Parts: sequence; structure tokens; C-alpha cells
Amino acid sequence: MDLFDFGKTWELITELEGVQTALLAAAILGLVAGVLGPLIVMRRMSFAVHGTSELAFTGGAAALLLGIGVEYGALIGAVVAALLLGILGARDADRDSVIGVILSFGLGMGVLFLSFYKGRSGNKFGILTGQIITIDSTNLTLFVVSSVVVLAVLALVYRPLLFASVDRNVAVARGVPVKTLTVVFALLVGVSTALSVKVVGSLLVVALMVTPAAAAARVTASPWKATVLSVVFAEVSAIGGIVLSLAPGLPVSAFVTAISFLIYVVCRVLAWQRDRRTRVRSVDPAPDLVAAA
Amino acid sequence: MAPVSDDVRPAVRVRGAGLAFGPRTLWSGLDLVVEPGEFLAVLGPNGSGKSSFLKALLGMQDLSAGTVEIAGGRPGGANRKIGYIPQQRAIDESLTLRGVDLVGLGLDGHRWGPGLTGMAARRRRVSEAIEAVGATRYAKQPVGRLSGGEQQRLRVAQALVGDPEVLLCDEPLLSLDLAHQRAISELIDERRQSAGTAVLFVTHEINPVLPFVDRVLYLVNGQFRIGKPDEVMTTETLSQLYGTRVEVLKVGGQIHIAGAQSALCEGEPHHHEHDVEEQVG
Repeated sequence: MDLFDFGKTWELITELEGVQTALLAAAILGLVAGVLGPLIVMRRMSFAVHGTSELAFTGGAAALLLGIGVEYGALIGAVVAALLLGILGARDADRDSVIGVILSFGLGMGVLFLSFYKGRSGNKFGILTGQIITIDSTNLTLFVVSSVVVLAVLALVYRPLLFASVDRNVAVARGVPVKTLTVVFALLVGVSTALSVKVVGSLLVVALMVTPAAAAARVTASPWKATVLSVVFAEVSAIGGIVLSLAPGLPVSAFVTAISFLIYVVCRVLAWQRDRRTRVRSVDPAPDLVAAA
Repeated sequence: MAPVSDDVRPAVRVRGAGLAFGPRTLWSGLDLVVEPGEFLAVLGPNGSGKSSFLKALLGMQDLSAGTVEIAGGRPGGANRKIGYIPQQRAIDESLTLRGVDLVGLGLDGHRWGPGLTGMAARRRRVSEAIEAVGATRYAKQPVGRLSGGEQQRLRVAQALVGDPEVLLCDEPLLSLDLAHQRAISELIDERRQSAGTAVLFVTHEINPVLPFVDRVLYLVNGQFRIGKPDEVMTTETLSQLYGTRVEVLKVGGQIHIAGAQSALCEGEPHHHEHDVEEQVG
């Protein structure tokens, strides 16, 4: 079996420091993306996440051209995008089109910056599809610090944010500052998107930030269980993707996206079977799959 | 209804309140005191400012004149002591939210921090609130898959779980069938009887709550009347308010208004799709 040579995979994990750093970064990212994911899905922000990641690409491309760290450029691009989308797209009716407008403009600018860049073409491609193996100890520190900040802020605002996300009107009536929380959440998404760009690239951020949570939402209705499952799915995708990519030497992002997609399909099938069973048994709404299991 | 005495702080006190959008005055000179345990129905045709009145009480709508005091504080400052029941609206079937989660948010959804302490006490209070509205059977199912009546029962539990001093209801019976309208109204009435919670109930249709209503605030065309249902819901008073001949018919313990419908579309169930915060921003 050529594609998955486990001996070779193990050798690469144990002997290459770069691989270990990459696995650590993936584990951290899986946690951040997995925790944010259910909120992104509840707030119907998948497209906003994609738009944000495209502007992370623009920022990364500009940074590449200017000769500063790509991750700083991606971070600035993603945060600016997240704020723009959060403020300009606050009204539901506008949101979809605002994202489309900003996304396409940002992508176009990114392409322009890359065309001026005369360095290694691998660097260009890396922003779009990820280059986790290039994470070293310096940007691992940035990675860890950003992740800790995101998780700490999220822990602080989690309940009001959940309230505002699933039950906006009542949250407003109860005095929850939903508009401020929209901006705070946009910032958290921006920072996490910039982190994901390094691992899976800006084209595929959705695979880590949205797909695991969307899969979890299929099999449980509990926000807590959905968050736990989403973290597990994101970890399996991110770490599994890196491990599987080692021996064949194929792009990490291909494996990460394939695994998260596979999990999503399995969860949909499980939900479909459950719904069919309960519909046969009674007319009552379907019970919680995870609680029943 | 709780006895009215000087040493009991009123649930709501409105003094000389007025609300105008540009040249259009919704109402002005409104004075109103709602006592603990009182059930006040807020009636009126579309656009008469019923919902704006609630928003003013919640601090989401600034008044053009006058002052409001609610649950002993200024509007917006005491929202934790206020329970709020919105009108029923469709919830996405795939939303990861169960009845218990919805009710739990009513208890501590406004608080900062992850809320990892006191989980057992929290669970007990939530399940008691759900039990009290008879929603235990389906409380762990996704709210998006429940019927409108089931959702509104959970809404009542959500509003009551935090032991509010004042309960603001914004058309909570809209789109429910008669049996559920009655059940939800009775749950709300039980609460104000047992805990002395004041109820301000915005509705376009008084009949489902008529047995429980102490007083009516009727808003029309910038005018209003406050009084017992028998005093306000009369041909004479409503004709004066509407400025046109309106016939009030009392049939089998119900009140029907003829004439107002054609002029002002009253009684036509209107799903106000505007969000409660829309006029703030």
C-alpha cells in the first residue's frame, strides 16, 4: 500500500520537528475552529467566514509582496474583513450581497498583489491552499497566543453570544448587547480564520470552521454536545489530514477537507436514518440522537 | 389582583409619556401606574404604538416626553427583572437548541462568563419552570421541530424562570389555535396570581385574555383610554377614540368590535416581522 505507508508516516512524525509543530498547531486550531463552529452555523455565517478568509488571502498576498510575514498580513486582512462584514452586513437583507461584493474585490486585489510578487511560486500557492509545514517556533508562538485570546474572550461572552445567536429578540429584551457581540464575534472569527489560513489555506477555511459544526448539528440539538462533537470532528480532520498527507507527500488541505466532508456525509446519513425511524414509530418530533445513543 | 397600597412599589409607573416619530404623534400625555399582580391589556389597531410602548418600557425606544419607571429602575436598567414573551415565529428546524436550552437562556443567558458553577441548581430551576408550564415531555427536543403552541409554552417558562417582577408579552398568542391561546393565557394568569407578577399584555385580540384582564390601555390615532374592560370596551368610548361610529357587541362573554375593522384593519392578525430592536439602530 503505497499511499498510506504507516512505517514511513511514523518515522516522519517522530523524526521531523516541523511535523510535530504542525500537529500541535493543528490540534490548537481544531479546538478553536471546533468551538466557534456551532456559533457560526447558528448565526448562518458560513459565507461570511468564506469572505473573511478571502480577505485573509488578500492580506497575506500584500504581506508577501511587502516582504513581511504572511501570517501578519492574513491576520490584518481577516480582521478588517470580519469588521466590515459585521458592520456593513448587520442587516440580514444586505448581508449576503455585502459579503459577495467584498469577497470578490478582495480576491481580485490578492491576485494583483501576487502577480507583482517575484519570489518562490510555492509561497503564492501556499496562501490559497495552506502550508502548515512552514510553521516554525516564532509563528507557533503567535498561533498559540492568538488561540488563547480567542478562547478566553469566547468563554467570557459565551452565554450572551449564544442567546443573541439563537434568540435575538428575547436577548435584546433581556438587555444583552447584541450589536456589540456581533462585532466581538466578527473579531473572533477574523482571528481564527487567519489561523486556519496557515493550515488549510484561504480557499478551504470553511472545511475546518464550518463543516465539523454543520455535521454536529445534524446529530444533536444540544448546543453543548454540538460544541464537543464539533471539536472532535475538527481535531480528527486537522490532525488526521496532516498525518495522512505525510507518507504520500500530498497537500495537507486535500486530506483535511476530505475527512471533514466524510464526517459530514456520515452525520447526514445518521440523521436521515434516525428521522426515518422516528417517523415510522410516531408523529412526535425526532429525539436527540446523542441522548438516545 | 394585589391590594393597592402606598408602601408597595408599582411595577410600572409612566408619567406624562409621549412618543412621536417626526410630525406623527403616536401618543402623548400618558400617565399609568401598574401595580404588582395587575393584568393590563394593551390594545389598539396596527401602528397605534403598542409595540413601541413595550420598547419604551424595555429601554429600546426613547420617549419624546415624560418618564418611565419599571421594576424600580429606569427602562433598560432593570431588564433582568423583566420577563419578555415574544410572538411565536418559525424557528429553523436544524437549529441546535432544545427547549431546556431556550428556557435556560431566560435564566442566565444575559450573564457573562462560561457559567460552569451552580450547574445543578440551574438545571433544577429550569426543569421546575418547564414542569410548571407542562412542557416536560418535549423539553429535550429541538425547538424548531415543536408546534407553535409547544414553543409558546416554553416561551412562558423562559420568561418566568428568572422570577420577573414584570412580564411583558408582545402578541404571544398570535398564530396559535384557540385551545393553545387559552392554555398560554392561563399559564400567564396563574403566575401573576401566585407570584404577584405584573402583566402587560400587548394584543390585537382581547377575548382570549378577557377573563384575566384588570384594566385595558386602548391606543388609537394618538388618543388612548385606560380603564376596566367594561368601561373602555363600549360603543361610546371606542367610537370617541376611533372618531367614527364603532359598534361594540358583547356576545357569550366575548367582545366584538364592528366597524373598526374596515377603517383600521383591527383584528386582522398581523405578523409584525420587524425585530424588536430594529427601531433602535
